[in-house]
Parts: sequence; structure tokens; C-alpha cells
Amino acid sequence: MTNNLIIIPIVFQLLMAIALLAFWRKVLTQKIISITGSVIAVVIAAFLFHKVYDGGILTMQAGNWQAPFGISFVADAFSTTMLLLASVSSLAVSAYSSVSIKKARLRYGYFPSLHFLIMGLNGAFLTGDIFNLYVWFEVIIISSFVFITLGGKKVQLEGAVKYFTLNFLASILFLTAIAVLYGLTGSLNMADLAGKIHDINNQGLVQVTAILFLVGFGIKSAIFPLYFWLPDSYHTPQAAISSIFAGLLTKVGIYALLRVFSLIFVPDDFLKTLIVIIAGLTLFSGGLGALVQTNMRKMFSYMIVCHIGFMIGGLGMFTTAALSGAIFYLLHDIIVKTNLFLVGGLVYKMTGEISMRKMGGIYSAYPALSLLMAIPLFSLVGIPPLSGFWPKIDLMQQGFFTGNYFLLGSIIFASVITLFVITRFWSEAFWKKKEDLEPKPHVKYYDAMPTLQKGLLVGPIILLSAVSLYLGLGAENIIRLSDHIAGELIDTSAYIEAVLGVNKINSTP
Amino acid sequence: MEIILAVIIGLLYASGIYLMLRRSLIKLVIGIVLLGNGVNLLIFLLGGLVKEHPPIIGPTAKLIGSLYADPIPQALILTAIVISFGLQSFAIVLIKRAYIVVGTDDLDQMHTTEEEDD
Repeated sequence: MTNNLIIIPIVFQLLMAIALLAFWRKVLTQKIISITGSVIAVVIAAFLFHKVYDGGILTMQAGNWQAPFGISFVADAFSTTMLLLASVSSLAVSAYSSVSIKKARLRYGYFPSLHFLIMGLNGAFLTGDIFNLYVWFEVIIISSFVFITLGGKKVQLEGAVKYFTLNFLASILFLTAIAVLYGLTGSLNMADLAGKIHDINNQGLVQVTAILFLVGFGIKSAIFPLYFWLPDSYHTPQAAISSIFAGLLTKVGIYALLRVFSLIFVPDDFLKTLIVIIAGLTLFSGGLGALVQTNMRKMFSYMIVCHIGFMIGGLGMFTTAALSGAIFYLLHDIIVKTNLFLVGGLVYKMTGEISMRKMGGIYSAYPALSLLMAIPLFSLVGIPPLSGFWPKIDLMQQGFFTGNYFLLGSIIFASVITLFVITRFWSEAFWKKKEDLEPKPHVKYYDAMPTLQKGLLVGPIILLSAVSLYLGLGAENIIRLSDHIAGELIDTSAYIEAVLGVNKINSTP
Repeated sequence: MEIILAVIIGLLYASGIYLMLRRSLIKLVIGIVLLGNGVNLLIFLLGGLVKEHPPIIGPTAKLIGSLYADPIPQALILTAIVISFGLQSFAIVLIKRAYIVVGTDDLDQMHTTEEEDD
């Protein structure tokens, strides 16, 4: 069904970012616009999700150019679900950053960059054109460069050099793959490519292109052995920025992998084995990395790498149930990783430390808040009935059924490591007695804040924790949703038909 | 013509990757620029080279001629050039700031991110 509605999430964020540029340096106005705008964006995304989930896939052909020739935008259940979760996360980050980020940094275009970034994410989720996907990726990384350097401290600039170089290399590989694909098929439309890719005689070159895509997206989503830039750069910016990076930037790489490797390159046995091995090693190395860290933020960064393995593993097994598990994990991970870094920021505001050795005594000082912060931490571990538990059942079961015992072992290993690391964090930060340290003059402590600011710090954590709880306790609905999405990924005929078969209906000049 | 372009693209990729593997920041940026140009030429080459047949319908003709240059790779390259121009100018500003703040252009000396903060 053709519907121009699906472009609204992108246009809305664009207009909001432009409006924010008009209020350059008027920080209070920017905060108000950003938070109210983000609430509206959640409503729009929820509306679109509802429409697509009930009524089927919506498409839009840009400029009314018919499907394989123009740029298509496609809203299916997968993309609208991602859209909805990205909007919820960005609302939380927008509210949180209005307090946590220093005014000097907010004055240099923090909020406009945030909304350009969200625009890029929305575009990447909704586009049905592979070159257009590249353009949205560039929009995302250019905004993220502003974020990662905002403040200009030594450690940030060093992190930014690494982050920039690897992301640029990923873009170049992605673009190379697109060039080869265009040379082979003469098409850029993903639905059209899905049909044309089988007719090519030189299947060896198709395989090479698939690997180029795997490496390009793999750098962006931080899979083994391409993740080294992530723990070196994600802990350098402020907590609110790290949380949007953790929750959404690596996940858009996963989204692209799931999309491209289900629609265009359906994995054969070689590719499946390769992806499964990569997934297992990602789980191992990320887990071991997290184990040795004493810096809270670095530990969280390694947790991101570690948990990427669950989703890649689901893709590697490539059965409906495994993909369903991967998608459930993706939904859970977006919310819980965003929340994790927000919690990390709050812990920093409470103790003034990011080293786990020096913090302590949070539970005795703030018992109610500690219980709130326990929700994302234990969801991450996957203690039943919280949200991390359900997708792991699916993935482990499929590990047995498909005979991928190496992956199964890695999943169990990574889960145990996560449990250990989070328990250690809990006992160090929350239960240990606080050492008597001098308050640092440059830290804005939580205790010294007025009530409204405290509310804006805690509110987003409550919001995301509530979503996490719903994902866990309402798992029945979520499993139904992820099964539906996985079904669409395995059987792509509905997607292809929606994109290519729509031309005749809306051909008025 | 295709052979020459293919060799040039190969050289651009190889030297770009080689320079990115060096430790100097300046060489890193030069490598980035070379890679960016290499990929643009690759798109151009893989779109198919057609000489002297622009995709334009003549003033008297009703249809386009049977053989014409594919305009899509050119549109793609134009987009990619603009994007890589933005990225490269960011990279140059970034390495200048990094050089001033860190005080070295040797990537091996940039290990603050791995140090313990306590």
C-alpha cells in the first residue's frame, strides 16, 4: 500500500533539528523543543507501528518514480518496531541530557546533532534502497562525530581519531560492495536485488560482495575481530551520548545485517558457519574483555560487544525461531543498553567516580533508586522473568536443534560472565562501604541538584525500566511480534510484492 | 580504458590502505582521501563506460538512442563525493585538534584511552 505517512518520522526530525538550529545558544528553548518534539516523535512512531502491524507493509516511492528506478521507502513490522524503540530511547536521552550535559557543550549544537542523528536512524530503518541506506549511515556517523568530539578533551580526541578511521573504512567497504552489486545487477532497490541476485552466473563474485557487506556492517556493529575501536571510544563522551551510541548506533549495523542477509544474500552453509563462528568469538572476547575492567564505562562498552554475539548468532543459525530470538534480543538490547549507560551516568553523579574500586555505598544512601537501577542491570543478565531471559531460551534451543554446540557454549559462557560482571558491579558500587574521598569540584553531584533536575535524571531511567519490564513480563506479545518479524525475514515475498507490485495503483501523473 | 581504470583503482585502494596502516596522522588522512577517490572511480567503472552517448533525448528525436551512458553511477558518485568531502574536511580539522591537544602525530603515542583512570 502506498502511503506518504511513512516519511513523516524522517521529515519531523529534520524540521525539529532545523528549528533547534534557529535557537542556537538559547539552551532552555532547545531543551523544551527537544523534549516535547521527542514525545511527539514517539506518538508518530507508535501510530505508524500500529498501522503497519495491523494493515501490512506500507511503501512510498520518492518523487513517484516507479519502484526499481526511484528510491523506495518501506515500512514493515521490523522497521517500524525499530523506529518505535529508537524514538523511546531518544526521548529518554533527550530528557536525561538536558540535565547531565554541561551548558557549555549544549550551547555548541548538542540538540540539533541529536535530532540529525535520530533522523539518520529513522531513514536507515525505513529505506528500501541500498545506496540510500549508505547515505543514512553517513548522516548517522557525521552526527556521531560531533557527539564524540563535543568537549574536545584529550582522551575524546584520541578516541575520535580511532572511531573516525574505522567508521570511514567501514563506509568505504560498504560503498565498494554497493558498486560491485550495481555492476552485477544494475539495480539498487533491495526488493529488486533480491530477485536479480539469483540470475547472476558469477556466484563467486556475489559471495565476495556478501563478505564485503559483512565486513562493512561488521565494523559498524562491532563484531569479532572488528570491534577494537568500540571499547576505545565509547567511554570517552558523556554518559547521555554514550547511551545513544550504545543503544542505537551498533544496533543499526545489526539491523542492516539482518535486512541485507535475509533479503538480498540468503546465507548458504559457508556463510552460516562463518557468521556462527564470528558470533561465538564475539561472545567470548567481549565477555573476557568485560571481566578485567575496573572502569565502569569500559566494562559496559565490552558488554555491548559481548551481547552483539547473541544477535549475530541468531542470524547465523537462520531458522525462524533463531531469527525470532535474535530480534527479541535486539529489542531488549536497545532499551537495556541505553538504560545501562544512563544508570552509569547517574552512578557517576552520585559518587563522582567511574572506577568501580572507589565507588560504594549507593544502596545505603539511595535504597529506592538502587532498586530501580537493579531492573536494567538484572534485565541485562537475563534473570527470569526479566527481558533478557526469553530470547536466550530461543537461541539456546536453536543451538541444540541446528547442532551449533560451539555457539551454544559461547552463549552460556557469555551469560555467566555477564552475571558475574554485573554482580561484581553491584557489590562494588552498591553494597560496599563508601570510602571517604574529597568531593571533586568539577563534578555536579546528584545531591546538590534541585528536584526538577533530579526528576529529569531519574525519569528517563524509570521510563526505560518500565519498557524493559514490559518486554519481560509481557513476553507473550513480544514473542508474537518477533515471530511475525522473523517470518517476514524468512519469507520475503510480501516485502518484495509490496515494493515492486505497487506501481499500477498510484500512477496518476 | 577499462584496464587503465582498473589498475588505477587498484593502486588507489592499495596505497590508501597502506597509508592508513602507517603511524602518522597526516598519512592516515591522505590514505582516507585516496580510498575515497578509489571507490568513486570503482562505481564509475562498474556502471559501464560508454563514450559520447549522453543520456539526453535530442531536440528532434522522440526516444533516446539505443546506446547511452548510464546516468545513475554519476548521480551516485556525485553523492559520494559530497559525503566524502564533508568527512575529509572533518578528518583534517580533527587531526589538527588532536595534534595540538595530544602533542604528537604518532598514532602509537595515542594511548590515553587505554589507560586506567584511577
